[in-house]
Amino acid sequence: MDTTHILFWFLTALALLSAVMVLVSKNPVHSVLWLIIVFFAISGHYILLNAQFLAIVNLIVYAGAIMVLFLFVIMLMNLNAETEPQKSIWLKFAGVIAGGLLLWYFVSFTISSLDLKNKTAQLKEGDIGLIKNLGKVLFSEYVIPFEIASVLFLSAMVGAVVIGKKD
Amino acid sequence: MPIQYYIAFASTLFCIGIVGVLTRRNAIIIFMCIELMLNAVNLLLVAFSKMHYAHAIATGGDVATAGIDGQLFVFFIMVVAAAEVSVGLAIIVMMYRNVHSVDVNFLNRLKN
Repeated sequence: MDTTHILFWFLTALALLSAVMVLVSKNPVHSVLWLIIVFFAISGHYILLNAQFLAIVNLIVYAGAIMVLFLFVIMLMNLNAETEPQKSIWLKFAGVIAGGLLLWYFVSFTISSLDLKNKTAQLKEGDIGLIKNLGKVLFSEYVIPFEIASVLFLSAMVGAVVIGKKD
Repeated sequence: MPIQYYIAFASTLFCIGIVGVLTRRNAIIIFMCIELMLNAVNLLLVAFSKMHYAHAIATGGDVATAGIDGQLFVFFIMVVAAAEVSVGLAIIVMMYRNVHSVDVNFLNRLKN
């Protein structure tokens, strides 16, 4: 068991634990902070898979921009942990059972699949995740989706302003 | 690392997100669980892209670009997620201004 495997299991355990803590935290600010830890763990996984560009973009976009936006909105709203309404215990139970059954289906499908036998994800090596190779493909094959993404951002910005303005 | 471990990990993360959407009533927490599900899918796409790359090396395929599409899909998912968060949070803020709560059970006016 070398360092890569130890890091893999550590990051996996950290991500799963923090994801559960996102659910069970009463205070929404604590949920946001746990979610940031999940994003850091997932970025660590990207670095293990040598997808360096995505690791940095994940940190900047998710852990930086999106989570700060969440924190701003929560602090605008003055939410208290005591006043948060709870679902009834039966609804919570049904939700956990439904999620558990879906997980059971996924995992049993993964274990029994013959196509996935002896397939491995390459760790630490391979240079397709470097920004040079990704940029070449992005600006040659995927240049039209890239331009459409800019239109999407423009429409999202206009939509956010129109929805958010006082009327 | 066997690909099954990555699939099991991403599925667990996705199901935690689903349980969060089903069991919480705070709209912001539900939104964060959706982000969690998006990230599980992103991680799985990157793992599959490295799987295809390893397969291309083993069988002598196109080593230069094998599996690179998966990582670009992750990039586009991040773009869409950023746009979605800005619009979604604007909707939540508007909802808070109208009903002074972020409880999703108050949003059942279309039902009757």
